[in-house]
Amino acid sequence: MTYNKPLPEADKWSGPFFEGAREGRLLAQQCNISKRFFFPPSPVSPVTRDGNWSWVELSGKGTISSFVVMHQKYFAGFGDDVPYPVIEVELEEGVRLLSSIVELGERELVVGMPVEVVFDKVTEEVTLPKFRPAA
Amino acid sequence: MLDWNYRDKACIVGVGSTDYGVFPETDAVGLGVSALKAAVDDAGISFDDIDGVILNRLPYDRFAEVSNLNTPYLQSTPAHGRFSAIALMMAAEAIASGAATTIALVYGNDGRSAAMKYGGDPNFWAPWGFTSPGASHAMMFRRHMAQFGTMSEDLAHIAVAFRDHATKNPAAVMKKPITLEDHQNSRFICDPLHLLDYCLINDGGVAWIMTTPERAKDMKKKPVYVSGFARQDDFSQNSLPPNDYWYPALKKVESQVYDRAGISRNDIDGLMIYDNFSPTVLFALEGMGFCKQGEGGQFVRDGMLQLGKGRWPTNTSGGHLSESYMQGWALIVEGVRQLRGEVSAERQIKDVKALQFILATAVAGSIIIRNDA
Repeated sequence: MTYNKPLPEADKWSGPFFEGAREGRLLAQQCNISKRFFFPPSPVSPVTRDGNWSWVELSGKGTISSFVVMHQKYFAGFGDDVPYPVIEVELEEGVRLLSSIVELGERELVVGMPVEVVFDKVTEEVTLPKFRPAA
Repeated sequence: MLDWNYRDKACIVGVGSTDYGVFPETDAVGLGVSALKAAVDDAGISFDDIDGVILNRLPYDRFAEVSNLNTPYLQSTPAHGRFSAIALMMAAEAIASGAATTIALVYGNDGRSAAMKYGGDPNFWAPWGFTSPGASHAMMFRRHMAQFGTMSEDLAHIAVAFRDHATKNPAAVMKKPITLEDHQNSRFICDPLHLLDYCLINDGGVAWIMTTPERAKDMKKKPVYVSGFARQDDFSQNSLPPNDYWYPALKKVESQVYDRAGISRNDIDGLMIYDNFSPTVLFALEGMGFCKQGEGGQFVRDGMLQLGKGRWPTNTSGGHLSESYMQGWALIVEGVRQLRGEVSAERQIKDVKALQFILATAVAGSIIIRNDA
């Protein structure tokens, strides 16, 4: 079956994030001076305004800080999925991501739910970090 | 820091608007020029009196060509609605500084005919199915619900109040009265937001004429003074739904706007709040100190924002939720008509002297306009 959901448009800044996901690692940029993480990937640290930053692997653990359920069909590839949730995850390191929840089972989606990252290989080339309720 | 010296240095002397709806027979430029012609007539001036132009959502070169307006001062602003406030502030600053004397501010939108979707574009989060400004506001509102106990029903009170106002406004696109139940029963677009939490995309044009208080005295109608304004940007969470409802930025604006206008909150008779989605009304009220943070949901209940009922009649035209999404521009037109006493008696805020425009967006801003400066 063809995967027809939108694929990441990896650019020179976000490329390493998606490359990391392919290797099963959740990466974010960290300012070398302030140690502050920032996301989405950017050319410079918002603290020093220069390229003095590093890619750092995150724990992948966090909590759901908000979520929505998309009812409107905006992307053809998600047309069969509506209504589907999108979660906002606040990771231990302070990075916030929007993502998908998997393996929810019978549990109800709630703000504050602890989650951990999983890696979903959606095509031969693309792996997306998603989250499941923490064990 | 230098004293802020723009108080009452510029006036709105003309307003014009087209009908709002579906007009495939024209385009954004055509709608903008039509609105401007109405505003010029409203001010009782001629196009030759205009020596400055500030445009929003319009191609500046084509607009200048089509309107045959060639001035020494032209500014063009991007399509985001926050530029309604920015354009007004820019004009006041330009007039106060002498850069221009009489400025035409024009907005044109053919989004409905062009089938604007406001969602489904490529973006960083698209692989996870996230898209649209509405979804971003839904994400913020869910956080607000979890943090403060706010409920979807609170938003229903906002939608109902604005719709009640729209029933008194012949120009409003949606004039059928709604109940709290109608709001709750309307379909989800992005849970927790329902259809009736969303603004109405339409075609339309809006224009204002602004000038100096001296020139304003000779014009056809009583001037509306731009008494005070303040702005604080916060783009630090531009790629995510902000987790602070722009509250710190709005507090900064609150700390300045009343002082600059030389009046207090109690002198304000009504509000115009940028209601692209109903939660921004709560964020604006909380950030501007009309209630404590987290109490907006309780505050808007039982007609607080409703004409003839509450202390703070808000968006008396119906706003973006029920009149039309003219991205802030038509809210200012409504404010001017209120301050001139030009709206129908059932829609008129009694003894109105001062109104406040508030935007809870990445450009947090507020403008106070008066008729008695």
